[in-house]
Amino acid sequence: MTGGSNGMIPAGDLDAAQRLRRTIQHTLGRSLHIRHLDAGSCNGCDSEIAALLNPYHDIQRLGIDFVASPRHADLLLVTGTMTRNLEQAAKRTYEAMPEPRLVVATGACAISGGVFAGAYAGRDGIGEVLPVDVRIPGCPPRPEALIHGLLVAVGRLAPFDPAA
Amino acid sequence: MAEPVEHIAPVALGPRVAELIADGGHFVMLVGLDERSVGGDGLAIEAVVATQSGLARLRAQLPLTNPSYPTMSRMVPAAHWDEREAKDLLGIVPIGHPDPRRLVLHEQWPSGYAPLRKDVPVDRQPALGDHHFVPFEVHGEGVYQLPVGPIHAGVIEPGHFRFSAIGERVLHLDARLFFVHRGLEKLVEGRTFARALPIVERACGVCTVTHALAYAQAVESLTRTTIPDRARWARVLLAELERLYNHVGDLGNMCAGVGFQPAISRLGWLRERLLQLNDALTGHRYLTGIVAPGGLAADLSPDGLAILPAALDDIGAELAAAVRSIIRSEGVMDRFQGTGLVGPAEARTLGALGVAARASGLLLDLRADRPYAAYGELDVSTTVFHGGDVAARFHVRAQEAHEALRLVREVLHEMPDGPFRAPLAAVPATGASEVAGVEGPRGASWLWLRAGPDGTIDRLRLRSASFANWPVVAAAVPGNLVPDFPLINKSFELCYACTDR
Repeated sequence: MTGGSNGMIPAGDLDAAQRLRRTIQHTLGRSLHIRHLDAGSCNGCDSEIAALLNPYHDIQRLGIDFVASPRHADLLLVTGTMTRNLEQAAKRTYEAMPEPRLVVATGACAISGGVFAGAYAGRDGIGEVLPVDVRIPGCPPRPEALIHGLLVAVGRLAPFDPAA
Repeated sequence: MAEPVEHIAPVALGPRVAELIADGGHFVMLVGLDERSVGGDGLAIEAVVATQSGLARLRAQLPLTNPSYPTMSRMVPAAHWDEREAKDLLGIVPIGHPDPRRLVLHEQWPSGYAPLRKDVPVDRQPALGDHHFVPFEVHGEGVYQLPVGPIHAGVIEPGHFRFSAIGERVLHLDARLFFVHRGLEKLVEGRTFARALPIVERACGVCTVTHALAYAQAVESLTRTTIPDRARWARVLLAELERLYNHVGDLGNMCAGVGFQPAISRLGWLRERLLQLNDALTGHRYLTGIVAPGGLAADLSPDGLAILPAALDDIGAELAAAVRSIIRSEGVMDRFQGTGLVGPAEARTLGALGVAARASGLLLDLRADRPYAAYGELDVSTTVFHGGDVAARFHVRAQEAHEALRLVREVLHEMPDGPFRAPLAAVPATGASEVAGVEGPRGASWLWLRAGPDGTIDRLRLRSASFANWPVVAAAVPGNLVPDFPLINKSFELCYACTDR
C-alpha cells in the first residue's frame, strides 16, 4: 500500500471501502469522479466496473460516481489492450481531463495486453499510450479488487488543502 | 458431424447461397482463407449455410493476385459484413458490394495490408495514416447529423453512431464498430488447441461459456473425441447459468433505457447474486476457464452445487416479481411497445439471431435445431413472440430466463457422477476443418476451425450472434425518436467485443 505524508491512507480496522471513503474526503474534499474508458476490452472488466454500481457494491455510498464527460473526471479507469482503432479517441479522452488526473489500468489487458499481447491490432497495455498511475490486476479484477485499486490511486493525489 | 466441403466456381457462390436460403436455409457465415498453409497456392472463400439436412459448405478458390468474386450481399444481405471483413483482413474483394467502405480495419490502416494472409507476421503493426471515416448521411432541408461516440457517457463499450435526423425522428443510422478489434483470429493461428482456448473464450467476457463451448465442440469434432457424460450435462448447466445472468442483467439494462430505477436496482442485485453463484460453482464470476476441449477443465464445486437449488428457487421467485412489476408499470410498457420494430421478413432477410429473431416471430434455437452437449436429451421450450418491438424482446428474455432456471434444475437432477474430462483422441490432419454452433445468450455463435500441423490452429473464424444482429439494430432505429435509440440498442443488448474480436 502507498503511504507517506502525501496521500496517506489511514490504516486501521476499517475495511478497504471505508478507508477509500475517508481517503477521498481527505484528499479530494468531496467526491471522486471517474470516467470509464474501454480501450479494447472483452467486456469482462467493464462488466465488473458496472457491477460496482449495483445495490450490493453500491460504490456511490463511498463518494464515487461515474461521469459522462472526461472534462468532469478526476480519474480515468481504462480497460483493454489499447487497440489501434481506439488510440486516437483514447488520447483525446485523456487530454480532455482537467488536472490533476489519474489513470488506472484495469485488468490484465490494460496492464500488459493480457492474453491479447503480441497482436497486430492492439498495444501490449495502455501504458504504451497513456501515463499509468495504478494497475489493478485480474481477468477481470473482482469488484473488491477495483475498490482496493481506487483506494491506492486516490492515495497518490496530494492532500486537499482548502487554504490553497 | 463432419460436413463435406463442396467446391464451387466463384461466380456460382452467391446464387447458390441465395438458393439454399430461399429453400429455408439460414446463413451461417463466410470465412476467407489463405490456402497456402494447407498445400494450396491461392486464397479461398467459403460460405456456410444451415439447411434442414445439416450444414452446406461451399468453397470457391481464388487466385493470389486480384482475388475477387461477385458480391452476394445484394442477394444475401446477411453476408454484408462478412464480405467487408474478408476484404479488410484478406484482401478478397466482393465485386459490386453495396457498401465498399472499411469495416474491421478503419480508414487509417494502410491499403494493401491484409493481416490474415499467411505471409504477414502476427505482430506486424503497420504505421497508420490519417484518413478519416466517411459516414453515410442523409442531407436535405431540416435534416441534421448527430454523431455519438465512440466513447459514450455510460459504462459501455465503444462504437460510433451517426444519426441523420429530422426533428426528433431518425431517418438513418450509420453504425461504425470494430473499435475493439484485437486481432484475435490471427493471434490464435499456430497455437495448440489448449493454448488458444484462453484467447478464444475472451472474445467476449460475458459469453465465455458460449465461445469456449463452440470452440471445444469444433476441436472435439476435429480430434474425434467423445466427452464424458458428466461434462455433457455440466456444459448445459454452465450455458444456462450464462444465459440466466445475461438475461437478468439485460432485463435490467432495458429498464435503464427508460430510467426505471426500482427495476434497475432489483435486477442488478439479482445479477450480482447469480455472479456470486457462478463464483461458488467454478471459482470465476463469469464462468471463464471451466469449459475445455475434452470436457471441463475442472469439476464443478460440490459446495457450489449444494447451495444452487435453494438459491435458484429464491432467485426465480424474485425474478418473477421483478418482471411483474415492470409489466404493470404503464410508463415503462408505453415506452417498450411499438418501439424499435423489426418485422419477421426483415429479421429473416437480415439474418437476425437469438432473442432478436425470436421476438420477431422466427423459431430459431440451436439447442433444438442442432442439439449439442446434453440438449438432445432435454425438452427445450423455445420462446417466440411476434411483436418485433422492444416489448417483445423483453418478454422473450423474461421467459427464457425462467426456462433457463428450469433447465438448470433438470440438469441438477440428471447429471451423473464420473470423470469430467477425456483426452483428445487424435491429432487432426492438416487442412481438416469443422464448424460448430452454440446458442448463446444473444443467439447462435458459430465457430469455423481448420487444423494446422501437430494439433495447431491454421485458421479460426468466430461469428457471434452480435455480429449477425448489429445490422438489424441499424434497421430497427429509423422512424423512431433519437432518445429511444439507447432503449432500442439495449433491447438487443449486443456485445461489441465479440463482434469486433
